Amino acid sequence: MIDQKTIEQIAKLARLNLKPYEAEYYSEQLSKVLGHFQHISAIDTNGIEPLVTPSEIEFYARPDEVVKVNSAEEMVANAPERAGHLFKVPPVV
Amino acid sequence: MDLLKAGFKEVKDAVTTKKISAVEVTKFFLARTEKLNPKLNAFIKMSDTALEDAAAIDKKISQGETVGPLAGVAFGIKDMLCTKGLRTTAGSKMLENFIPPYDATVVTRLKNAGVVVLGKLNQDEFAMGSSNETSYFGKCKNPWNEDYVPGGSSGGSASAQAARLAMGTIGTDTGGSIRQPSSFTGIVGVKPTYGRVSRYGIVAFASSLDQAGPMVSSVEDAALTLEVICGHDKMDSTTSQKPVPEFSKNLTTNIKGMKIGILKEYEKGVLHPDVEKTYRASLESLKKMGVEFVDVSVSLTEFAVPMYYLISASEASSNLARYDGVKYGFRADFKDLSSMNLDDFYSETRGQGFGTEVKRRIMLGTYCLSSGYFDAYYNKACQVRRMLRDQYVEAFKKCDAILSPVTTSPAFKLNERSKDTLAMYMNDIFTTSTNLAGLTGLSVPFGLSSEGLPIGMQLTGSHFEEQKILNIAYALESVSDVKGKTPHVF
Repeated sequence: MIDQKTIEQIAKLARLNLKPYEAEYYSEQLSKVLGHFQHISAIDTNGIEPLVTPSEIEFYARPDEVVKVNSAEEMVANAPERAGHLFKVPPVV
Repeated sequence: MDLLKAGFKEVKDAVTTKKISAVEVTKFFLARTEKLNPKLNAFIKMSDTALEDAAAIDKKISQGETVGPLAGVAFGIKDMLCTKGLRTTAGSKMLENFIPPYDATVVTRLKNAGVVVLGKLNQDEFAMGSSNETSYFGKCKNPWNEDYVPGGSSGGSASAQAARLAMGTIGTDTGGSIRQPSSFTGIVGVKPTYGRVSRYGIVAFASSLDQAGPMVSSVEDAALTLEVICGHDKMDSTTSQKPVPEFSKNLTTNIKGMKIGILKEYEKGVLHPDVEKTYRASLESLKKMGVEFVDVSVSLTEFAVPMYYLISASEASSNLARYDGVKYGFRADFKDLSSMNLDDFYSETRGQGFGTEVKRRIMLGTYCLSSGYFDAYYNKACQVRRMLRDQYVEAFKKCDAILSPVTTSPAFKLNERSKDTLAMYMNDIFTTSTNLAGLTGLSVPFGLSSEGLPIGMQLTGSHFEEQKILNIAYALESVSDVKGKTPHVF
């Protein structure tokens, strides 16, 4: 069972403000989903390398060349708040 | 020409020989969308430049310039794929006003092939769902019966294609999101092998599982689309450099002697009687076509759904960390930034910007990746994932493709499963293994339920063996009960 305290800790790590009813709901949901994982935990995986990229893909490195992709103006065009070509955020120090 | 039925090749030939203009084709689908979309909510944003783009193709043709293999073909694009200058939301409030500065590679390739982009299609938020009910832009309806879901997460693509609001659509598939809605709406949907199609410019959900693919009216149109969108892309280092076959030219209904695997594990699944009937009928048809059936075993498929949810949620929690209200996307309304704490700024923005299902998966993923749990959950799942893939590699030594239903039941009713998370998850029982093992899979319409809803059959192929499953699907399509049948909105 994932208790409320754990839910609060995960929400903090994930930077998610949850409403009280959400926290309760997720506590129940996470417990259920993780409960289903118990069967997997029982499988012997000793010495098995974890698989991340599932098909055989040859390593590829593109040439290190300067190419023009987007302008600064294009890249900040979607900013919620900006000052020139800079993103405006709360003070960080 | 009947644009409600015409295939890509027919339209491209007619456009290039000026029997019809690309503008006329585009106008036809825009008018149809205007009429039917209010009922279906499949498109959530139309392109302002569709007619201009079509006119540019007509101009090229009249000037004798070469045009691409899909010249004049009108497409709808799932809202997971970035379209330059055209709002792309991933079905989320988080990206409600996001205008991409570039096209996804899939979109670039379609445009270079002469495709006209009509607009963007509804989907579950960040592709997290199996019924299109988690979209911030509202539910989408199944054109065969509007009380039913079109499936998900590519529900808008499926609904638009089945109702023929577009000639073709693009979907994305992380655990079945192309194949399941294709089955629910009677269209052909292909999830290519992992690495076949570039993910550049596609909103990232679970990077080791996501692939984009065609959701179209016929196997031939699927083959033609794959020829255009597949292949190495220097902007995505996980794309394969393997050459792309001429899928459409190699299509044949002669599948005599092909070996079709039947998964022992799937035989014991609890199938809806109509799905069971359709599955048996497909076996019967294939037998008549001279295929050989082989029993294969992939015992770990039993664990595919929990494995899938754990891995996809973990990758999603990492991918979705970028939505922080700083560079683009939604930002919670703060009166005064100067008195604000940065963590509160992030948390409030993300708490308000993401929907319930997305937050649930971020929570699950964050838990599984957190210190002390990483090895027990994420790493363990990835180890079992390798074992699952190895079992498939063994199985494909004995057969050319594996046949199974796409889902245990036909389309379900709106709101029927939205509260029952596990029933919704179990819906993915036949589709998630394909993504975990990086295989290719497709859904081809084959039967109708007693309520008149289409039912698709799934073919799963080994890595980079799209041609084999396309050919078997092509053969099944030729004898399908859904052939020639159209949803009532027609």
